[in-house]
Amino acid sequence: MNMAEVLRETRETGDFAPLLKSIPYAGYIGLKCERFGDDLIFRLPRKDSNLGNPLLPAIHGGVIGGFMEVSAAIYLMMSQDTFRMPRIVDFSLDYLRAGLDRETYAECQLTRQGNRVANVTITAWQKSRREAIATARAHFLLDR
Amino acid sequence: MTDVVTDKVLGDRVERFIKTLNQAQELGLTVVDASSGQLTLQLPYSEKIIGNPETGVIHGGAITTLMDTTSGSVMICALDDFELCPTLDLRVDYMRPAEPGKPVHARAEIRKMTRNIAFTRCEAYQDNGEVIATCVGTFMRIGKEATPKSFRDMITGARQ
Repeated sequence: MNMAEVLRETRETGDFAPLLKSIPYAGYIGLKCERFGDDLIFRLPRKDSNLGNPLLPAIHGGVIGGFMEVSAAIYLMMSQDTFRMPRIVDFSLDYLRAGLDRETYAECQLTRQGNRVANVTITAWQKSRREAIATARAHFLLDR
Repeated sequence: MTDVVTDKVLGDRVERFIKTLNQAQELGLTVVDASSGQLTLQLPYSEKIIGNPETGVIHGGAITTLMDTTSGSVMICALDDFELCPTLDLRVDYMRPAEPGKPVHARAEIRKMTRNIAFTRCEAYQDNGEVIATCVGTFMRIGKEATPKSFRDMITGARQ
């Protein structure tokens, strides 16, 4: 099954397993995704190998960034008609709280959709949605 | 008398530090070069971190982790004692995709160290030297007392 077929199936069934399986890095960090109506919630279950700071312990900041990047790319793929992988141009990430060794969530928002570029805002949280652990924005180049 | 802190000592300190970071071990990050205020780490190519299965290009997230780790560890090459410095923010520009099958290097340097903040810059590149991504970061200096002495001594290799 190629990427286009995987995406089409995901859109129809709402089952993200085949899509996530086709992106090795998503499986590597253990990313999960669920659809609620039109909304997508991304989930990163706790995982020893994702840890950075061993003292707290806390999730590696890079993994939190990677989690938010994959989330934004999948979110964008699902909101487009195209079946190509959006290419990330830049990524700006603010760490607001330590990401503790527990399940992490993320949601995305398409802030601006241009002809060739999309701006996506990503928020990640753990205990409470009102207490974000990180916010980020990313630009993606869209293949036409 | 204090020990002379050579580049070898700095490299060993960084090596001991990244050994404590599960994700850095999982990715197989290694120290390539360390000197005063500068650090180079290497990320080996691996199929498990591919982002685009159609091209085999590794995911930006793995590059972000490489650059975050390098930028966060370059503090060790600039401070006498070990201080854990949490990341405040990172800005990553992806210039071009990493060529599959080859390791990625990241070289970070301290641009400015103040009492409270460390400003870093980092470049990721491959064997032909062409830059694939750059990263500007700021890190908070929360002070060495925030880290237990036993952990600091383990990193610096201080005699007990």
